[in-house]
Amino acid sequence: MTAELVRGQNHPLPHTRLEIRVSAGAPVIAGATLADETGRVTGPEWVAHPGSPALPGLEVSRQAAADHRLAVDLGALPEAAHRVTLLLALPGTPGGPARFGAVAAPFAAVTALDGTEVASYTITGLDTESAVVALELYRRQGAWKVRAVGQGYAGGLAAMLADQGLDRAAELAAAIHEAVAHGMDRSVAAPPPRTAEGDRARHGAALSASGVPADTAPAGPAAGPLTGAAAGPAGPADTTATGAAAAPPPGGPVAGGPISYAHPGRAAAAPPPAAAGRPQADPGPHGEPGRPATPVAGDASGWSMDERLYNQVWGMFEDLARTTAAYRSAVDFAESRMDQELDRVLSDPRSRIGSAGDAARAEARAKCDDLTARAREALDRDLAQLTAESEVVEPALPVAYAGWDNPVWHGYRVPREAPMALRLGDLHLPESPELRIPMLMRLPLERGLWIDSGRAGSEAAIVMDDAELRRLAVDTAVLHAARLLAVHPAGQYTVHVIDPAGAAAASFAPLTASGVLAAPPASGAHGVASVLSHLTQRVELVRMAVGGGATDALPPDLDTADQLLIVNDFPHGFDDRAVTQLRYLADEGPAVGVHLLLVADREDAAAYGPVLDPLWRSLLRLTPVPDDHLADPWVGHAWTYEPPRLPAGSGVLRQVLSQVVEARTNWRR
Amino acid sequence: MTKGQAISLQKSDGGTLTAVRMGLGWQAAPRRGLFGSRTREVDLDASAVLFAEKQPVDVVFFRHLVSDDGSVRHTGDNLVGGAGQGGDDEAILVDLQRVPVHIDQIVFTVNSFTGQTFQEVQNAFCRIVDETNGQELARYTLDGGGQYTAQIMAKVHRAGSGWQMTALGNPANGRTFQDLMPSILPHL
Repeated sequence: MTAELVRGQNHPLPHTRLEIRVSAGAPVIAGATLADETGRVTGPEWVAHPGSPALPGLEVSRQAAADHRLAVDLGALPEAAHRVTLLLALPGTPGGPARFGAVAAPFAAVTALDGTEVASYTITGLDTESAVVALELYRRQGAWKVRAVGQGYAGGLAAMLADQGLDRAAELAAAIHEAVAHGMDRSVAAPPPRTAEGDRARHGAALSASGVPADTAPAGPAAGPLTGAAAGPAGPADTTATGAAAAPPPGGPVAGGPISYAHPGRAAAAPPPAAAGRPQADPGPHGEPGRPATPVAGDASGWSMDERLYNQVWGMFEDLARTTAAYRSAVDFAESRMDQELDRVLSDPRSRIGSAGDAARAEARAKCDDLTARAREALDRDLAQLTAESEVVEPALPVAYAGWDNPVWHGYRVPREAPMALRLGDLHLPESPELRIPMLMRLPLERGLWIDSGRAGSEAAIVMDDAELRRLAVDTAVLHAARLLAVHPAGQYTVHVIDPAGAAAASFAPLTASGVLAAPPASGAHGVASVLSHLTQRVELVRMAVGGGATDALPPDLDTADQLLIVNDFPHGFDDRAVTQLRYLADEGPAVGVHLLLVADREDAAAYGPVLDPLWRSLLRLTPVPDDHLADPWVGHAWTYEPPRLPAGSGVLRQVLSQVVEARTNWRR
Repeated sequence: MTKGQAISLQKSDGGTLTAVRMGLGWQAAPRRGLFGSRTREVDLDASAVLFAEKQPVDVVFFRHLVSDDGSVRHTGDNLVGGAGQGGDDEAILVDLQRVPVHIDQIVFTVNSFTGQTFQEVQNAFCRIVDETNGQELARYTLDGGGQYTAQIMAKVHRAGSGWQMTALGNPANGRTFQDLMPSILPHL
């Protein structure tokens, strides 16, 4: 059992041989002082620091590091020592953080030698301090205890050492800093601010075309151990229990921190059968047995709210896929069992006469209905919980993930950094058409997008007028492009348009009128060739530079922003050379920041034959009308994709794009 | 508990069991000879088969780590075993409350994928643990268990509104759970 200490709290230590583990968002110096019964450090010989790392029973690291492990043997300490104080300080290297407020909250844990944690403490609420007393281990009536201190010093090491009663504190502090500067080149880098690459790859490849479920069983956010007791949803209110800052550490180690990001309904106890019939939507108080806890937005793991919401949405996606799989499996089973039983009744000569056969048939049907009803009950219970979660999550989504009807767009400001992902539309299943899961794709897009303007592609499209469908396809493409522009920082996203026949000028109006485009939509064979050559050249240059490790040799006038090329009516106006260039961009562009958004009817390109098949396959097909062509990566259900729509009469698109243009103008200045 | 013994997975306070874990542990083969790489590694695999009225519906094993409904999860394939100190090298977690309504039995099996019989494997065991409190419900020692390459370990099945567990401990032969199907069916 780990005790998560709050400032000032103490905890008994079961052993005298211990390890203290420290992790911080940036390299820190770890040191320790010994003090006598009166709390005084008798002299520099009782200070363990990088310049003099070992004391009897105690050793600290010689260098600054983001992670420390300090071995402590309380039994081997000098007899007179009654207190061990663990100190942390920023090394103050040029370019490094100068105050703890600028880095993730440091975390310290006391563990037994086998690694089991005894007590831990996350030091929150630090600001201008550059040195902090993290923990103290002290002797009380023959037994040792640990106390969470968290006392910071804006004056740094010197102020802290002076406070402990050392005479020549400033001198000692200087010696420590010098010793650290020596060891600095061996310093361990801070942990990366985001999840590892593996996680990206997993979700990036997660949505696959229909019928080809990605061959993965990702250990998603839900893969935690099945613990019986729900960890209790930790809303912001719970974090204040530390008595310090309410904000969770932005990038700090969360493993032992006081904040539980465990999802109440996920990988935790579901309501027991007794509660199954009860309406779940009424939010019970947290932790009341038999009810799922009230859902909270951002209730998933992640280093930032952005990432937590992303993981939460993907968790809801997986939960809906799986609970529906359970339901479908049960219904299939119930029906096949009933068919078998009915067959048996039919083939049994005794049941052909009299009422025995009718009774047997009725019984078979009743068994089927009963099982189906129980399966539906379980599904409804889960749907109610997911719906309740969706109702709190949707309003909390940032613009990158929000629907166009979300009020968050009215407060739109050009962001300072790009988000993790982008909403491309909504997904739902026929069992629960009301429950829409945002379809989030990782940024930068790993594949181009293809808005299918063909009528043959889907049932909803087949009944539509051809011209109407094409117009809708371009409108949808414009919405995707506008969102991409809106979620990137000023000047970091450039959009080009190729509209060979100028057929979609009306649909492109929001982009052209606001002035967000790099140039007016290119038309005619010449326009097509010039835009494609420009982008192809850019991809070639960047690839060569990256491949040769000479990125500084790129021409200074090169636009470093990501590029999006919208092509309407492909392959209209394309000659063979242009088609080849487009295929090159589709294959090589995403890796160097050039992305495609194709509006096309595959039938129009039929003359090219199978040559273009790789191009179509390399693009993510989206539709301008609802269509069930997307599969989830876990079970492979066919999900109905719902394209984004602007609310009728909404001016939000114009307003957002004008802000993008304004921010870009200011940025160029 | 002994072979064939059934225990109800009810807690002493009357609440039913909510989550069980099947753990499998064994000791990696000792390195011998001049070339450390030329050892015969032992790969045991834990699997769980979900049945609805004696029909297999879903299987959780090293190629399908999570049942489609998400109630049964395999923690991942271990190809070589562990230190042989009693820790689980592979585990399958079952959230009994999320098991679909038509699933009425879940059978746990162990196979030797690399073909060694349990006689040749050291410190091998499998056990069923109440995941909520860590209490061990059943344990079998596999090594020295004769010329078998598989064992049908135990089944959990619905009983009333809760679940019951029956220890099977039946030896069998086979490389994966598919080979075991004929031996599993009599136990359903």
